[in-house]
Amino acid sequence: MSLELFGTWLAALLTLCIFSFLYKDNPFYKFAEHLFVGVSAGYWLCYNYWNMVKPNLIDNLEAHNWEYLLPLILSAFMLMRLIPKVGWLSRWAIAFMIGSGAGLMIITYLQSNFLEQIKSTLVSLDPTGLPWYVVLNSFLIFVGVVSGLVYFFFSKAHTGVTGGVARVGVVFLMVCFGASFGYTVMARISLLIGRMYFLLHDWLGLV
Amino acid sequence: MMRRQVPLLICFVAGIVMLSQNFIPPLTWVYQQALEWARIISAIALFIGLISLVRVHTMKLKRKAANYRYSYVTLFALCYMIIAGFLTKYGLFVKLHAGCDTGSAWEWIVTALEKALNFQEIFLNVQIPIQATMFSLLAFYIASAAFRAFKARTFEATLLLIAAMIVMLGRVPLGQMIPGVKEITVWILDVPNTAAKRGIMIGVGLGMASTSLKIMLGIERTYLGMKD
Repeated sequence: MSLELFGTWLAALLTLCIFSFLYKDNPFYKFAEHLFVGVSAGYWLCYNYWNMVKPNLIDNLEAHNWEYLLPLILSAFMLMRLIPKVGWLSRWAIAFMIGSGAGLMIITYLQSNFLEQIKSTLVSLDPTGLPWYVVLNSFLIFVGVVSGLVYFFFSKAHTGVTGGVARVGVVFLMVCFGASFGYTVMARISLLIGRMYFLLHDWLGLV
Repeated sequence: MMRRQVPLLICFVAGIVMLSQNFIPPLTWVYQQALEWARIISAIALFIGLISLVRVHTMKLKRKAANYRYSYVTLFALCYMIIAGFLTKYGLFVKLHAGCDTGSAWEWIVTALEKALNFQEIFLNVQIPIQATMFSLLAFYIASAAFRAFKARTFEATLLLIAAMIVMLGRVPLGQMIPGVKEITVWILDVPNTAAKRGIMIGVGLGMASTSLKIMLGIERTYLGMKD
């Protein structure tokens, strides 16, 4: 049996093991599930070592780039989490990660999620030279953004005008959630089609 | 002091440096360096998860907990993958092949070992199919959840149902054959969907900025844990 054929059979049997969960939890599913955990953990360990740790840390230290001693020390501190007595040292590494992430996020999020979104929403509604539906869509987007924000504004009771605007926001949000749900379902269905095609075409050769 | 104050200081300094590199060009070097360091530390952090996984499964085996036999599968797969990953990358089989006589039994053994420990093949024939099938299983569960949730009891539920149905129809060739469905799908995605997502994104942006500020200033310190 060639390696390729063995691989196809293995993949097909594991696919069936996972599908067997549709009936109920069973030993075949449990076997595939535990195998997946082990293989996945091993894969990511090797991937991280060869693509992150080796080129970024080990190679640099071997080239006598001594500034990489700091991430080495912080990494060692991170691993101290496994030893309860000195586990508190891992906080230093976590603090570095969280602090640098927070510093980066402030500007990044304000720029991409706040300013850019407002800039794209506040477009000119001047109909000169533009088809009517473009202007209408721009106006609807503006209404949707403002009413959606009002819905998420909890410092004022949603009564009267605020309540009315918030209700319009709910309409936009529901359409958005529906669209996202439809997209998610279609993504899962396409994966299912992919697995079925694998079983019927690659494995059994029926289609 | 060392357990609480130093981490808060590290967090503050790291945050200020990363924030100010946007305005002080010479600090871009620090930014590049910090990104690389963060990559290294997060890669090492994965080892904690891995050691914890090994600990959990060895404990299960020691205590003979429920379904403990499956832990052998996990531990065996983990070791097998690590051995395969390191042997393949170190080029051990290339060296072994070089020392073999053509057609000898030793060459046959080396070839068989090389095939059995092919890192990429294991990934393609074990991890990818299981992962894809697990996600595809969700198609069944999402459909049954939708059946229960989408009963059009209220105006909002009806809207959600209609939007989902149109988008689903608009993404398949059969649905696109119905006049207008494709255009309505594009409109739903481009207008109401974009509007609501923008509102959410603006909220997320403000939330992230304020939370980041709270973390840097030491107001939000849950990452330090409760002990000590």
